[in-house]
Order: sequence, then structure tokens, then C-alpha cells
Amino acid sequence: MIHSLFVINCSGDIFLEKHWKSVINKSVCDYFFEAQTKASNPEDVPPVIVTPHHYIIHIFRNKLYFVAVLTTEVAPLFVIEFLHRIFDTMVDYFSECSETSLKEHIVVVYEILDEMLDNGFPLAVESNVLKELIKPPNFLRTIADTVTGKASGFGATLPSGQLSTVPWRRTGVKYTNNEAYFDMIEEIDAIIDKAGIAVTAEIQGYIDSQVKLSGMPDLTLTFVNPRILDDVSFHPCVRFSRWESEKIVSFIPPDGQFRLMSYHIGSYNSVNLPIYLKHSIAYREGSGGKFDVTIGPKQNLGKTIENVVLQVQFPKTVLSATLTSNQGKNSFDPVSKLMTWDVGRIDPAKLPNIKGS
Amino acid sequence: MAGNGFQASSYANDRPPSSTGSGEADVNTDPASSGFFTTDFKKHEDLKSMLDSNKDSLKLEAMKRIIGMVAKGKDASDLFPPVVKNVVSKNLEVKKLVYVYLTRYAEEQQDLALLSISTFQRALKDPNQLIRASALRVLSSIRVSVIAPIMMLAIKEAVMDMSPYVRKTAAHAIPKLYSLDPETKDQLIEVLDRLLGDKTTLVAGSAIQAYVEICPERMDLIHKNYRKLCNLLVDVEEWGQVVILNMLTHYCRTQFVSPNQDDKQDESERPFYESSEKDSDDDEDDDDEHEDGDKKKKNEKQSAYIMDPDHRLLLRQSKPLLNSRNAAVVMAVAQLYHHCAPKSEVGTVARSLIRLLRCHREIQYVVLSNIASMTSKRRGIFEPYLKSFYVRSSDPLHVKLLKLEILTSLATETNISTILREFQTYVTSSDKEFAAATIQAIGRCASSIAEVTDACLNGLVRLMSNRDEAVVAESVVVIKKLLQMRPSEHKDIITYMAKMVDKITVPMARASILWLIGEYSERVPKIAPDVLRKMAKNFVNEEDIVKLQVLNLSVKLCITNPKQTKLLCQYVLNLAKYDQNYDIRDRSRFLRQFVLPSDKPCALAKYAKKVFLATKPAPILESNFSSRDSYQLGSLSHLLNMKATGYQDLPEWPSVAPDPSVRNVELPPVWKENREPIKGKKQKQPAADLKSFYSSSSEEEESSEEESDEESEKDGASEEESEEEGTEDSSKEASDEESSEDDTEESSSSSSSSSSEDSSEEESDKEIKKTVKKSVPAKESSVKEKVKPSSGGDLLLDLDDLGPTTTTTSVAAASGGLLTPMAAGTAFVAQTNQAQTRSSNILQGITVPTKTYELLNRLSTGGLTVTYKYTRTISLFSPKMVSLELTFTNSGEAPFTAIRIGEKKIHSGMEIHDFPEIASLGVGASTSVLMGINFNDTTQPASFQLVSEQKTFSLAISAPVGELLQPHTMGEAEFKSQLAKLSGMNENRESCDIPENKRTPEGIYSSVLSVSNVLQVPSSDPDVFTFAAHTLASGTVVLISVRLAGKVAKITVNCEKMVIGTMLIKDLKRALSSPTI
Repeated sequence: MIHSLFVINCSGDIFLEKHWKSVINKSVCDYFFEAQTKASNPEDVPPVIVTPHHYIIHIFRNKLYFVAVLTTEVAPLFVIEFLHRIFDTMVDYFSECSETSLKEHIVVVYEILDEMLDNGFPLAVESNVLKELIKPPNFLRTIADTVTGKASGFGATLPSGQLSTVPWRRTGVKYTNNEAYFDMIEEIDAIIDKAGIAVTAEIQGYIDSQVKLSGMPDLTLTFVNPRILDDVSFHPCVRFSRWESEKIVSFIPPDGQFRLMSYHIGSYNSVNLPIYLKHSIAYREGSGGKFDVTIGPKQNLGKTIENVVLQVQFPKTVLSATLTSNQGKNSFDPVSKLMTWDVGRIDPAKLPNIKGS
Repeated sequence: MAGNGFQASSYANDRPPSSTGSGEADVNTDPASSGFFTTDFKKHEDLKSMLDSNKDSLKLEAMKRIIGMVAKGKDASDLFPPVVKNVVSKNLEVKKLVYVYLTRYAEEQQDLALLSISTFQRALKDPNQLIRASALRVLSSIRVSVIAPIMMLAIKEAVMDMSPYVRKTAAHAIPKLYSLDPETKDQLIEVLDRLLGDKTTLVAGSAIQAYVEICPERMDLIHKNYRKLCNLLVDVEEWGQVVILNMLTHYCRTQFVSPNQDDKQDESERPFYESSEKDSDDDEDDDDEHEDGDKKKKNEKQSAYIMDPDHRLLLRQSKPLLNSRNAAVVMAVAQLYHHCAPKSEVGTVARSLIRLLRCHREIQYVVLSNIASMTSKRRGIFEPYLKSFYVRSSDPLHVKLLKLEILTSLATETNISTILREFQTYVTSSDKEFAAATIQAIGRCASSIAEVTDACLNGLVRLMSNRDEAVVAESVVVIKKLLQMRPSEHKDIITYMAKMVDKITVPMARASILWLIGEYSERVPKIAPDVLRKMAKNFVNEEDIVKLQVLNLSVKLCITNPKQTKLLCQYVLNLAKYDQNYDIRDRSRFLRQFVLPSDKPCALAKYAKKVFLATKPAPILESNFSSRDSYQLGSLSHLLNMKATGYQDLPEWPSVAPDPSVRNVELPPVWKENREPIKGKKQKQPAADLKSFYSSSSEEEESSEEESDEESEKDGASEEESEEEGTEDSSKEASDEESSEDDTEESSSSSSSSSSEDSSEEESDKEIKKTVKKSVPAKESSVKEKVKPSSGGDLLLDLDDLGPTTTTTSVAAASGGLLTPMAAGTAFVAQTNQAQTRSSNILQGITVPTKTYELLNRLSTGGLTVTYKYTRTISLFSPKMVSLELTFTNSGEAPFTAIRIGEKKIHSGMEIHDFPEIASLGVGASTSVLMGINFNDTTQPASFQLVSEQKTFSLAISAPVGELLQPHTMGEAEFKSQLAKLSGMNENRESCDIPENKRTPEGIYSSVLSVSNVLQVPSSDPDVFTFAAHTLASGTVVLISVRLAGKVAKITVNCEKMVIGTMLIKDLKRALSSPTI
């Protein structure tokens, strides 16, 4: 199981380490740095690295490397998934997971890590449970602590949820206003070929919820046409069997924010893109190239499309780009070679277009 | 390993300059720490004084700073003494931080750490479960070997704890202690066994994890928990699910037979590469395994493959987990299906795996590499998702390469055109490594799909005029390989390539071209010498690899076309002779002997042509993922394609399944209900047969040594038996012969002298050991023994002769029922005692007729008759259920369709497990199904509706009290001790007259067994017959004793549940006093 964890920033400083078994010297990270040197950019570092005595698995998120060190065979996805979960927990606690936030709350972080794993095996991972064990820092409490001179970051009682069949929810939740919000987010991934035709398009959707309900609510969610959702994954609170039999999402929600479900609509279903792109891009060595993109709406039942942003990642060889658009603003970052064009609303009468070289 | 392959080459200087590479430098760069360490000593003094102060707030502040140091990886070990002092602090926050500190540094300061132990011991008794748990956690984490015994005690106690959270912590502590002191293994396994039996979902995952770390070889610990684990699986927390699924995959591979045996030869799913040999290899292996068995059996086995219900249960229970949000869980299910499911069902996992491709890039990488290896075996299931593997420009390089790999594997005649079009785009990618990989992929497609080879070749040739050198070089290499595979008539390509030599500068490509020209020089007789001439001119400036090929070319040309090239060749060889590189010098010297033999003619020269112009085998372009099959999918070893420490090979399927009854939680009765005892043979379960296949032969051998006069007969019998193992059906035919066989066997054994008796007893002892070791119940033997006389005369068997028989039977029963070797061990001890007091009046081998009850009469239903009987086996569905066999007979005029159970009206605590729906019951047809009812130890009827499309019937089944029992194995001593506990109120006494024909032991047994499902307990008094059982739902012990005094029988029933006791005694009395058996 997971033996040790190192958190490393982009410049190669190990600013946090935690060992769940005996201590592994941080020199083991040298293998990681070696691999990092070979890779052209941070994403390209292979997630699993073999060293003579250890296996190093890492994730890269928000300019931080979370490097887990193992000594024995463990399912790699188990580790990767867990590292991501650590990251998510930190975001949950400190509203962001960056080097500064981790350093600022390093004691809390250390305690959280201590609770999350025991002997390298996950112990308390649900954020609801964790928050009962270790109170998240907040401004009010900091003041109260300094005034009263005592700090209570550590709950004296065990969250009962840990013992019940709903480990993700604590008992005794009370709200004066009972409310639940559901956000539906859909992303479309499409590959558009040279001629502007979509080669493949697939939808990834999420339902994120913010539930503030008292007691032990049992909710059900039905869909008008559940057959569209051909591949779904759920938060553990959802009863799988009811979905299998009746296509009803039935669940006792955790308290607060969580991702209820995500679904995937594959490329073999016909996915209609809301916009189309016409582009003509050509690179020439030395002298530069031409860049011309037009965005247009497709038949969309009268809905307008808003907040359109176009981002183009130029190849490394591009030094600069001078682009003019007939609508919105554009900017080019010469370091990351990323061009961002904030189009805004698409007006069918006047198609936005960007040109330049 | 793909992972290292691509990162190895370029991109040297892209690293951010600030990175330091090792931990040492960051002490200075870390601004937070510099404050602490500028005046190192003083600061620590400061912390010490803070820790020694009285104020909690100061202590807390100090501890926080110390933990901050620990977290940053700085040494704070010199603060150990002042910190440890605070372990007794009342402030929970301080205490907790001290705990955290202790776990980090206790190992280094073992003596001082011991000071804190007593605190933990006290905390282990704390009423707050959280404190108990964390005390145990820290105690087990401090890695001081002296305290191993204390840890052991603490763990043992924690396992019994009320709080599942503490038990979970105990499960985590087990591997910790094991790593500290491996000698505690046996004790730990005992503890673990208890934890594995835990029914809370919280504990299950951790317990299995401990099991995997300590004793993954002890499959026997899993047997009795298998069904529970499967059923709990959905509710276990996600991390536990992963561990359990991986473990169950191993379990599945050892306990069930392969579901894909019959269609192994099926070529429809042929893998992409030639490596279908791999498959056939497997087949051969299988064959080998079977060779010592008989082929015929295998065939029979294959045709009659029915998936073990437990195997099915696992697959069914794990399927919903594909919807988990946790990628690791999805992968674990996928690998389970990949390794253990029938081919037709593996496809279900594909969709979920595709979904994972939308997750974080690291997950993508792992999932893709697993898909890549799945596709090389099972192309079909991912074909519909082809487009999901299209490469995106935003993918990191390793993901791109994996996607390419998968696309190539998925290529077929039908989709190759789209794939190639996609590849064309990739070739233009700005990422050179990716473009090069694409070209290789094109090469692989071309080599495997004959239709497109020409198109690919043309495309590749066109690529040679690409501006990018790397692309050109790669295409040359690939073309070379392709041409080598089908060297027929590609003269123009070779010519074209020859022209390219001047332009291409990449050495590998140049070398490839030269090799090609040399190899096929007779096809381009005019150009080849010219190329050589050009190369010779520039020989000195070439790379080594090119020089070697120039040498090769020159020699080959010299052999085929000496007139034009001999001089050139000589020139080149001379140049090479003085090369800097010794390889080239050596080569030149070596080659010279072939073409330019010096003074005396060299023997080698004669064979020059054979040596150089032999046809070379074409290279096989194949995926580097096909070799990964040997590793379990989803494992680290699989990802790395090398064996990781602690990796356990996935076992091959057993050719015959071990006994499935080991998973039964309670003791299955030895008796089968049938009126004619002979039929007992027929009813043998197939798996029990298989067991006998192993054991009986040796058993037979041994006995044949002892009893040589029986040899011929016995052999006959064993042959007969092995025949029968294959299928049940064949045994039916054979049963007639069998019975006669048995008769002879019996008579001969009874006639055998008393001297053989001892030896045969010995033999049976051996057999017992064997059985216990294998932990597979020798049910077969008991079944065999029970095939015994049907009429009164034969029943009076010589007890001496029965001695060994009884021993085997009871042990078989014990190991079948209690499963653990420990339990079997104790039973074994009990049995040996019993064997010594062989005057015991045990008599097995009585088959009890079971009553068949009518549930629906055909007159009232329009033709449908439903009868049921109690099978007296452990219910498949739940150990608490009574197993019922329902027999449907349609004697009406129209078929009944869709018969199933409808609405149920049952009392609380009761459960009904439906039988699978009967699709249709034709006229005159009859079918039997199994259902389970948990009566919750009451005789209340279970009412339910039987629904068919034609009619709905309301039914009620209430079980006689004797059927609510489950036989219970115990020795005489245990019986007596239990009896002592259950006196007074719990005892019921009756006496009755016994008809004459029942005054034999057999008569009493059959009467008792006819009304209750119990097991006999050995008794030292020949007139007292004792039986034991326990109730199904609550497990309450029921003891029956019958004392025969002349014509009166005194019946005593002891049971904690008085209702059951009174009802049972009534039934017993009725059965014993009735004149008919």
C-alpha cells in the first residue's frame, strides 16, 4: 500500500512529506526528478516510475506533484485515484490546493493525511467524516481561538456516520432553510478535421449538487429520458440497484457539496454540436503562418450561445501571433503559447471571426 | 516498457532551472523554515521550554511548530523526550499531535518510546471508541519490536470491540505487527479469521487487505466468507471494494473452472497478431493438465459446463460497481470480468472503461494501457468505441502513444480506412516522437491487413519526401520491414529508396536502405553497384551502423556481381580495416575471409553464398502489449510489464473445480432424501465426484495392498467410478452395476479377517488427514458409505467392520460443515477418541425418506401440481434459509408460462428467496426449482403468491419444526457439557412405547431423522442415542437423546427455545411410536 507521500512544487522543492510506515528518505524523489528532467513538460512525466526498491506514482495538479512511494504491488489506479482524492480533500478544506495554502495549514494537512491513511490503507476519506475529526480552518474560529486561547481542531467524538450504513453523512444536521441545488454541466469533446467536420464528438456530463437538508433525507431523481445516459457513474450514496432496475437515482445525500453523478454519451451516438468552426491554419517554417477561424452557431432552437471562449494552443515553434478579431478580445501568451479569444455571445447575423499571422 | 521508451530520447534541457533535484537544497529555499533554523539551538530550547510549561496553549503552539517541522521533513528527533512527556496531556489536541509525532520518531528512540506505552494501554480501555482506535493505531504504528506482545494483546482485544471502527483499526494493525514480527503469523491468522467473519462493511475491506498482506495463500479462510463478501460488496467503501475484488479474482481462479473452456478453440475472436499461438498454447497447457486425467472426461466436462452459482454470484454482485465514481473500482471489476467471466460477458465492462478516459490524465494512462492489453486479446469488445481512442492534441505524449497502440490493435479490414485517414493527420503532428510512432503503427496495420499493404506502402513512400527528417527515417525503417515481409515485386520502391540515400541523413534509415539494396540486389542489378560506389566514397564520414551496412552491401554485391564490384569491395574492406571502431575492424577482417580469401583457399568462402544470401525470416511487427497477458490486469506489474515486489501470479484455472460445498456456511447433511437407498449414488454432486477422483484412487491403492484378495474387484469398482465422474447421467446408467459391485465389496469386507481391520482403520486415519489438509470434504466417501442395505437383515452390520467407516463419515461431515481446518482439527480429535471407544453405537448410512408435501393440487388449479420437499441442504441463498425444492408438474391442457413468486406476506424477520422464473411449463412437463425461506425459527407460515401468466395462486408454507434445524457436529464430551447448560426449563421429557420393528438402532435413527434434520452424536452407552442440531436462523443448539429401555423409549429434548423443544418432542414421539417406518 502507499508507503510515503511527498508533495513537490514545480521548482522541485519537497515541502511536505508524510510516511505511513517506516520512513523513506526523500532521496527517492531523485528518480522522480530525473524523469521530470527528461519530459518536455510537466504533463509528460510518466505517472509510474520504477526505481530499484520503490515504485513511484505521482499526479500533477495545480502545479503540484503529489508523489506516492510504494514498495509492493498495489493497483496503480488505486493509488492515483487516492492521490486525486487527497487533492480534492485539500480543496474542500482550504478552498484551493496550492503551495501557499498547504504551507499555511501544514499542521492540519499533516493531520488530515494521518487520518486518511492508516498503514497505507485508506481509513477515513469521506470529507464529511474528516471534517468532524479535524475541523476545517475558518476565519471566525481563528479569531475565537486567539481570544479564548484554546483551540479545538480535534473533535472528541467520533462522527456517527462512520458507524452507520451511510458513512458519507453525519447525523444531526439541521438547517432552517432546507434547500438543494443541482447543477448540470455538460462538456462536449469533439475533434474537428481540416474540413471543419466533426470526426468524433462525445458528451461528458456531471450533476453537481449542493444539498442543505436537515435530518436523513432520502431523495429520488428521475429523468424524462434516462435511456440517453448510457454510461453513468455515481457517488457511493446512490443505490445502484434502483438505477439498474428502474432508472431512478435514489440516494441519501451527503451534507454540502458533492458530485452526484457523471455520465458519458459516447461518440457512437450522434451528438449535435451547438457551434461549428471554420478554420484555415497553416504554419510555415521560418516566416510564420496564417490563422483564420470563424465560429458559427448551428441550429439550436432559438437559444443563443453565450460566453464563448476560444483557446488555441499553438505549437512551441510559434514565437508571436498578431491576431485581429471582429468581436471580443484576444490575447496571446508567448510563454505558454496559448491564445485566448473571448468571443462572448454569438450573433447569427454577424459571425465572429479571427484572423492574423 | 512503453513508459520509459519514449521519454528516453530527446528533451534534455526543458527542465525549469530552479529545480534542485534533491532535498538538501530546499532547506535554504524554504522561507518558512529559515525562521526556525537561523539560530537552531536556541529555537529548540525555546520549544522545549514551551513544552514544559503548564499552559496548554503554549504546548499546543510548540507541538504545532514541531509537527510543521516534521511535515517539512526536517529532523526534530532531539525534541523526543519533552514531547513524549506530553503524551499524558489532558488536552486532546496536544495529545493528538504528540501521537502524530510519536509515530514518526518512535522507531528511532525506542527506549524513550516505551515510556509512552502505558498511556496507550490505558487509552485502549477508554470508553470513547475514537480514543481506543487512535491509541491502537499509534501503538501499532510505533514500530518498536519490544512491544510486539503488547500489540498482540491489544489487537486481540480490539477484534472483539463493540465498535466497528476500532475493529477496522485492528485490521490495519495486523499487517503492521506482522511486518514487525513475522513470527506472530499464526496467531495473527487466528485473529484475522475472526475479523474476516465480521459482518460490518466497514471492517470487510481492511480485513481483506490484512489477509492479502499476511497470508494470501490461505484460501480456506475465505471459503466461508465468500458469499458474505459477495453480498456485501456493493456496500463496502470503495477502497475496500478494490482490494476485495482483486482478492476474489484470485479466489475465483482457484475455486472455479474456466467458463471459457468450450469456446477456446473458437477462432472468431482471433487476436490481432500472429500470437494466436498464445491461445493455442493455453490450450496445450490445458491438455497437458488433463493428460493424466482422461480426455474423455474433459470433453464431457466441457459440454456440460454450468457455471457454479457462487461464481455467478460474484459476477452479478460486482457488475453494479461498474457505475462507481472511483476509477480503481471500475478497473477492478473490469479485470475480474476479463479474467473470470465468460467471453460473452466481458463486453459489458468496455463502456465503463471508455468513460474513465475522461478522467485525469494519469488515470487515462493506466486505463489505456490496460485496454491496450485487453484489445490484443479481445478486439471485439472495444471496436464500437474506436472513435474514443482518437488522439487529441491536448493529450500528453504517453497517452497518445497508447491510443495509437490501441487503434492499431483494433484495425480490421472494415475500419482500416478510417484509421488510416486518422493516422495521416497524426503524421503531420508537430510532435516528432508521436509522428514516428504513427508511422510504425501504419507499418503494423499494413503488415497485418493484406488489403491495405500496398496503399500503406505507397503512403509511406510518399512520406519519404517529407521535409521532416525523423519522419522520413522512420518510414524508411518501416518500409524496410514491410518489404522484407513480402519481397515480391517492389522493385520501384527499392529503386526509389536507392535514390533517397543521398538525401537521408539519419543513420538508421541509411543503414536500412543499404541493407535492402544488399538483400534484393538482384532486383536492381544496375543501381546497386552505383550505390556502393557512392557509399564507398564517403565511407569514412559515415556513422558506425551505416559503415557496417556498407560492408554488408559490398560483400553481398561481391558475391552476386563480382565483376563490377570486387574492387570496390576490396576498397571498402581496406578502409574498414583501419577504422577507429574495433567492431568495424573485426567485421572487415571476418568478411574478408569470405570474399577475398588470402593465400590458401578458405573453407568458408565456399559457403559464402549460403551465409550471406540466405533468406531471412521476416520480422514480426507486433504490439509490446501482447506479452503482458501473464500479469493480472490493472496491477502495477501489468503496467510496468515487470514483476513488482509482492505480486502474486494469477493462477491458471483449475481443470476441475474444488468442492463448492466448502463455501456453505453450515454443515450440509450427509443424507440425501430418497426412498431407495441405492439412488444415493446417483445423487452425488458432481464436485464431490471430482474430489473422489483424486482421493479414491489412492485410497483404493492402499486398500488393495492390504486386502489383496479383493484387488480385482476393487479395481473394477474404481474404474467404474472414474467413468462415472464425468457426468451425473452416466452414473445413473451405471448405478445398477454399482449396487451389485457394492454388495460384493461389502460381503468381502465383512468376511475379511479382523487383522485387516486395524490396518484399514489406519488407512482411514490417513485419509482423514488428507482430507483435512485439502480442506475439501470427502463427502463422496460418506455418500458412498451410505449406499448401504435397504432391508432389515443387512442392517445388522458387524460394528467392528463399521469402525473405519464411521470415522470417515463423521470427519467428512465436520470438514464440510465447519470449514476451517481448526474446526476440522478439533472434530478430528473428537473422532479419534470416538474411534477408540468403538463400542459406540454410531450408525450411519441410513437414508431417510423425506416427505413430499403438496402445495397445489391440479384439480384446483387447472392442471398445475406443485409439490415441495425439504432438501435438508444448506440453502444457496442464505445460511439462515430452509432450502425447499419445488416441483412443478403440468398435467393440464395448456402450458403455464412465466411462473414466479409474486407478492409475499411474511412476518417480520422472515425472508423468501424467489426461485428463478420458470419461463414456460409445457403440457405434461415437470420441473424442479430451489427456493429458500428463512422462517426465523418459527412455524409461522410463509405466505406468498405464485404468479403465472395464466393464474395467480395464494400459497402458504409452514415448516415442521424439525426442518428448521441444521445438523450440528459435536463430540460426546461437548454434548454432555451442552446438556448440562440446558437443563431445567429448557428440558422436555416424554416417553413412549416403541413398536417392535423399531427397537433397533436403525429404527430409532430413521424415525428421528424422518422428522428432524439432525446429526448423530457418538454415545458411549449403547442404549442411548444422541443427536445434535442447531436452529437455522438463530443458531440455538438443540439436543436430542433417546434412551431405549425395553419397549419404552424415553425422549429428551433440550433447547433454549422452549417452543421448539416442545414441538419437536411431540413430533419425535409421534414418529417413534408409529409402527411404520
